[in-house]
Amino acid sequence: MSEIPLPAGETSGQHPTSTAAGTGTRLDRWLGSYAERTHGMRSSEIRALFAVANRPEVVSLAGGMPFLEGLPLDVLGDLAQRVVATRGLQALQYGSGQGDETLREQILDVMALEGIDAHPDDVVVTTGSQQALDLVTRIFVDPGDVVVAEAPSYVGALGVFRAYQADVVHVPIDADGLIPAALESCLSSLAADGRRVKFLYTVPNFHNPAGVSISLARRPQILEIARRYGVLVLEDNPYGLLGFSGDPLPAIRSLDDEGVLYLGSFSKTFAPGYRVGWVVAPHAVREKLVLASESAILCPSNASQIAISTYLSTCDWRGQVKSYREQYRERRDAMISALAEHLPDASWNVPDGGFYTWVRLPDGLDAKDMLPRAVTARVAYVPGTAFYFDGTGASHMRLSYCYPTPDRIREGVRRLAGVVAAERELVELFGTSGSSRPDDVQSPAPDVA
Amino acid sequence: MLAGGLSHERDVSLRSGRRVADALRSVGVDVSVHDVDSDLVPALAQLRPDLVWPLLHGTSGEDGSVRDVVQMLGLRLLGAGPRESRVAWSKPIAKTVVSRAGLSTPDFVTLPQSLFRELGARHVLEAIVARLGLPLVVKPSRGGSALGVTLVSSPEALPQAMVDCFAYSDTALVERCVVGTEVAVSVVDLGSGPFALPPVEIVTDGPYDYDARYNPGRTEYFAPARLSEASTRTAIGAALTAHDALGLTGVSRTDLIIDASGEVWFLEVNVAPGMTETSLLPQAAEAAGLALGELYRSMVNAALAV
Repeated sequence: MSEIPLPAGETSGQHPTSTAAGTGTRLDRWLGSYAERTHGMRSSEIRALFAVANRPEVVSLAGGMPFLEGLPLDVLGDLAQRVVATRGLQALQYGSGQGDETLREQILDVMALEGIDAHPDDVVVTTGSQQALDLVTRIFVDPGDVVVAEAPSYVGALGVFRAYQADVVHVPIDADGLIPAALESCLSSLAADGRRVKFLYTVPNFHNPAGVSISLARRPQILEIARRYGVLVLEDNPYGLLGFSGDPLPAIRSLDDEGVLYLGSFSKTFAPGYRVGWVVAPHAVREKLVLASESAILCPSNASQIAISTYLSTCDWRGQVKSYREQYRERRDAMISALAEHLPDASWNVPDGGFYTWVRLPDGLDAKDMLPRAVTARVAYVPGTAFYFDGTGASHMRLSYCYPTPDRIREGVRRLAGVVAAERELVELFGTSGSSRPDDVQSPAPDVA
Repeated sequence: MLAGGLSHERDVSLRSGRRVADALRSVGVDVSVHDVDSDLVPALAQLRPDLVWPLLHGTSGEDGSVRDVVQMLGLRLLGAGPRESRVAWSKPIAKTVVSRAGLSTPDFVTLPQSLFRELGARHVLEAIVARLGLPLVVKPSRGGSALGVTLVSSPEALPQAMVDCFAYSDTALVERCVVGTEVAVSVVDLGSGPFALPPVEIVTDGPYDYDARYNPGRTEYFAPARLSEASTRTAIGAALTAHDALGLTGVSRTDLIIDASGEVWFLEVNVAPGMTETSLLPQAAEAAGLALGELYRSMVNAALAV
């Protein structure tokens, strides 16, 4: 065998004396150079646990990946080929910073289903609505500004707010969504403290993670309170068309075109891989959003926009949304009946649309502490702590029913029940009540099912 | 190269596997990386590799079971054999073995969850504190990357530490906390017997936990460690003794604490040490002036020559 050359003085069984004081390394040459806003960006052990969730042995009730197997992939393949063959010089070229004009017109048709009346000029196409969240926060939030959000709130939005060094103040919700009286008292006390609130962030329909929707009656009340306190409303609505019964509720934006920024997305109603979302904003805000987007990405992907535009104009997209609704309703039913069968001591809401149910664990259990045990039992969920800015929320977990089949969902909940029983015994044995504390990024990466 | 698996350390293992595979390919070794899943046995049977390197962290990777399967298929392994791996993987058993070989290891007790069920938690926890004092370290009896590990400074914090530990493993190791310089000594065998790479010293402003291990910046490493000549020799001697006493082959990493009086304490040994960008063995190799690709290739050649 070939022996590698050893440094001078090296002998087998012994390393040469190393008395020279070594120089320490932190393994990152640029450690001193990072902006302050990166300080919360670190990978946590919770995040590492999600690495197991994508293995087929694990029933993942953790991620928010849509169930794409119902898509007509052959049709979409032909469509992609046609886009490049017939419009390639446009599709593969730079485009407008604001987004493709035809697509912006078609987006109006989509939004009309939720009562929104807007002009194509009001629409800015973004790389998923996540980029819209980033742009809105970028143009409105200075470090230390307050963003008011539901308790709990979408983890991806909290990450953006954290990155811009906002301070998030949560407002409680109930079965009818954001509670107007609680919003009023929150804004009033922030005003009394002289705090600057830049916007109210809300997911009004089939909330992520809570699964609830803001009732029809509350929508104008919330808008009125926000207006009174001079607070902009940021309405994030990826799930509005995925209701299981009745027609979609009118968007908050349908009640006010000056005081509301509206975020929409094709990720849940069509496919997230295209990364196409949008924001609707009053003209002055929209101008700033376009400039901010151009500085961030120059323009959204033309190829994606034209593909989606062609899909909307040539395929039965309403039929596809309906088919998604049916699939998700069946999965929701599987989840709820499995919870009732296996976890009678927990409590949960019955979502009337969307992807998620929000489960409250039996008293004393901590969803974050319990996650390693769940991973061992081959089931995954997202601990409630991910959805609170201050890391509270450990008594809850978010269960997604969007991706696994109904049988897998039932099996996952059955496994979860075993995990809960074991954890409960342990907690009773030791008389503890959970250790969760504010922590780092605890949500799965976007490609975790 | 086996990487991944279903353990809590899947992510770390995948990263280790990719790093080592890349380094080996850069020096012309033909490497394929495989997850541990239902395709593995047929894949190994078909591929018939000259050598299997299990870079798996946690459960089946380190407890010997995957190594058993590799040997059953008549294939060669790099690193510890299944039986030795199984002994080293259990922290309490490894501590017992190395203390018989003359090494100091912090006083400890091993407590399965079922014991608390039978005896009641309060009395057992009181007895632990009375026996070992504070501070204490609670860790899963098996497992790595400091997952489920808590440093306990007050009796009130002990119950929660036990709960956090039992989330990872059904048996807890509770050991007296020795304060001192934390060093890791990697041992490799390149064909002429095991030899130690320079000790790496770990300095953190808090516990050397998962966050401190895998987020560059929170931990400062000194490679070689800032030890006296005598302490360096003792630390290296301890790692070689542990490697030998546990019957390990190929590669291991021993984690040690050197207290103020210069005494070296054995904490644990890893038969599949981490090989990520922030891991200790690659840092030790660099401190020894060894190129990783060359080092790994020599390890491969040595394993083939056995």
